[in-house]
Amino acid sequence: MRVAVVGAGPAGIRAVETLVAAGLRPAWIEESPDGGGRIAQRPPGAFRRDARALYGADAPRARALHATLDGLKPQLDWRPGTLVWNLDPRTRRLELIQAGRRGTLDYDRIILATGAMDRVVPLPGWTLPGVTTLGGAQVALKAQGVAVGARPVFIGTGPLLWLTALQYARAGAPPPLILDTTPLLTKRAGLPMLLHDPALALRGLGLRLALLRHAPIHEDVTPIAIEGAGHVQAIRWRDAAWREHVTACDAVAMGWGLKPETQLADLAEIPFAFDPIQRAHLPVRDAAGRSPVPGHYLAGDGARVAGAKVAEWTGARAALALLEDAGLPFDAGQAGWLEARLQGQARARAALERAFPYPARLAARLPDDTMLCRCEGVTAGQVRASAAPDLNRAKALTRLGMGRCQGRVCGLAGAEILAAQLGVPVARVGRLRGQMPVKPIPMDAL
Amino acid sequence: MRAADVLILGGGGAGTAAALFLARAGQRVILLERGLIGGQASGVNHGGVRQQGRTAAELPLAMRARALWGQMRALVGTDAEFDPCGHLRLARTPDGEAKLVAWAALAAGYGLKPRLMGGNAIRSAYPLGESVIAGSLLAEDGTANPRLLAPAFAAAARAAGAALLEDQSVAELHHDGARFRLRANGAPFAAPILLNTAGFWGGRIAESFGEPVPVVAIQPNMQVTEPLPHMLGPNLGVADGTLYLRQIARGNVIFGGGRGIAWADATRTRPAVAAGDATRALVMELLPWLRGAMIIRNWTGTDGEMPDGQPVLGPSLTRPGLFHAFGFSGHGFALGPAVGQVLAELVVQGRTDVDLAPFAINRFNQDGNGAISG
Amino acid sequence: MLTRLLDQDRPPITLTVDGQPIAARDGDTLLTAILAAGLGHVRTGEFGDGPRAGFCWMGACQDCWVRVGGQAMRACSTLATPGMAVTRR
Repeated sequence: MRVAVVGAGPAGIRAVETLVAAGLRPAWIEESPDGGGRIAQRPPGAFRRDARALYGADAPRARALHATLDGLKPQLDWRPGTLVWNLDPRTRRLELIQAGRRGTLDYDRIILATGAMDRVVPLPGWTLPGVTTLGGAQVALKAQGVAVGARPVFIGTGPLLWLTALQYARAGAPPPLILDTTPLLTKRAGLPMLLHDPALALRGLGLRLALLRHAPIHEDVTPIAIEGAGHVQAIRWRDAAWREHVTACDAVAMGWGLKPETQLADLAEIPFAFDPIQRAHLPVRDAAGRSPVPGHYLAGDGARVAGAKVAEWTGARAALALLEDAGLPFDAGQAGWLEARLQGQARARAALERAFPYPARLAARLPDDTMLCRCEGVTAGQVRASAAPDLNRAKALTRLGMGRCQGRVCGLAGAEILAAQLGVPVARVGRLRGQMPVKPIPMDAL
Repeated sequence: MRAADVLILGGGGAGTAAALFLARAGQRVILLERGLIGGQASGVNHGGVRQQGRTAAELPLAMRARALWGQMRALVGTDAEFDPCGHLRLARTPDGEAKLVAWAALAAGYGLKPRLMGGNAIRSAYPLGESVIAGSLLAEDGTANPRLLAPAFAAAARAAGAALLEDQSVAELHHDGARFRLRANGAPFAAPILLNTAGFWGGRIAESFGEPVPVVAIQPNMQVTEPLPHMLGPNLGVADGTLYLRQIARGNVIFGGGRGIAWADATRTRPAVAAGDATRALVMELLPWLRGAMIIRNWTGTDGEMPDGQPVLGPSLTRPGLFHAFGFSGHGFALGPAVGQVLAELVVQGRTDVDLAPFAINRFNQDGNGAISG
Repeated sequence: MLTRLLDQDRPPITLTVDGQPIAARDGDTLLTAILAAGLGHVRTGEFGDGPRAGFCWMGACQDCWVRVGGQAMRACSTLATPGMAVTRR
């Protein structure tokens, strides 16, 4: 039996650990030069900071993940720096590209642990140099030791907003202020977290308190525009009292939580369903991580955003399901333990999502002349004017999502704009799908 | 019971165009589409609007279509990005060159004047590789955006009073002696006239009325690059049909060749890697400047192909009131507006100027092997 | 502007961008090297909106493509190496 695992973040690491412990030798494909995902992303070799300096409070988790990862590599077919650009669930074949060279990998069973990226809302001026995602600002600092700006403004919502801003403040690039689009009152919806995941809740509160020493946090803000000539120079915004401000800055890092990278799940023909809590269409899977497509399993943030701890659990659980389905011995007790933990986490995550919601109204009200699709230069107004009844029709008519990123960046905001235009719930306008190649590949790749 | 003068099955370019022309002629029209208007072959093809290379049988239809494309804005309020950029047909072999010459002779009889060029001339005029030995440019041909055609006709048809319904599952199609009857999503519909513009699946409808034809499902395998600096003006084809390519105004190069994969009665499709590889190799041979370009997407859809590459177009020979227009064999996009117009003429006037004999539904022998008659 | 802040004591390397030499460090990605050298952008938007300098830093947004010796590469996922010749579009 040939088993493939795509992704070497927390979910992939625990999945592979489980498979190898059962005596399997999977093919493990990771697009980055090394594993660790984002939370435990390793800088290139020349960097010297230790785990504490790199990962802060996440250092113990990161060290443990790295130790497991490095121990696993020699025991299997480890394929770093390799992109899976197509998946055919019928022939059970992966199309790969690594350093410009193509290859294929055939499998019998596969676990997709493809991770997530930032969820963003376009703003006027968001294509200016100096604008990044919150995740991007973190990668810059963690993996490259650089700050996206000397005077960066952080805008968005959620614990990642506070964490990134605090990391920058402590590193020596303090933000002049932090802009959170969620009102304080809405955050009370997060109180159940204290019950279901007190450690995480307290950590979040701790982040916020620590951040206050460095910079003011404004809540319930409405961003207006990012301004500058050729580079970010300021951000214009309204505070909760609707007063307008202009804050000078040389970078803006934005993010409202994360969204799963689901393109391979699409190519695997896994059905999707709308999740009202994450306000997104997500690939369907059971509690163990089995998708409706036999032999295809999903784990980690690539199936549903739930953080690194949950990713490790879902990775292990999916591997156990794979072993069970293959008729191999598996630890049913561990499977039960994991599922109980995952059930508890579900309530914590729901509270988190409600406390820090995606600003759907902000997205829906984007001015007509704002660039919505960065790849194709499509404006919000063009999407509204298309009179398309759903997102895929809007794509056909306006080219929204037809560019290099296949709608990864603009798709969610595009859905909100269209839904608001049509006066329907956002679930009804559908979603953009991954198509092969899931990322651009050169015409002449052999 | 929803009654109409004309029921149309299939919302591609031909069906939506027929709906428009019929509605403007005062007919009560209801069009039923199984999925989304323009969602199959009409929407996923290459987007060529060409007369060059067509058979004598198709030329009158193609010329009528070309005239309509030139009036598209007046007709439906948008030009669907029609661009008369010319069609450049290339030959890589002496056989291919012979085809170009033969077509030029044929075309002269229709008043079309393609410009034949030898290898040196064509390679100095266009950024082409050494293997191109000849070419033929028909300047008035062009391209359009396939995703915009059927939606544009549909919008105009609706404005003219036609009803076009999507996501319709059609069942119980039959004739009760007076009218065609069917159920769509359970609701009953009836009309004395039925237009079969159902693409590949039009063969099923024909069979249900006792006139089976050997139509097969094909999937034109399409690819597109990132936006690139402008290098190529005309729509490009190869004499042996292995590649069609165009660079759109935004700079992306769209091209196709070979076949994708289909299942579920060809309603589900996906592009094929091997076919894509073969086509990419040909692209790099013919247009070396595309060597390092990035491919950002592949797609395909289902079209219907007839053994002789010509559609079934014209009246049913078993059921009066039924008219067929399907099986356009990968080159129906450009013809859509003209096909719709011809169907409307057949319904309203009982005749059309276009010679439909080459498209007769009974031109295949009894066992469906597709021998060409006449 | 992109600011070198931590862990910058790494061997210096030189590469060229559009023919112009820039000073970088071993371990920099091209995105870091180009922006930290003050060049401002890694590409120009095709539809008239001006310079782009990446966005997600993790290979998802596809907004940082540059060319190295005729090959297209994402600046955020490509390590700078000595003598690399980068061209921007």
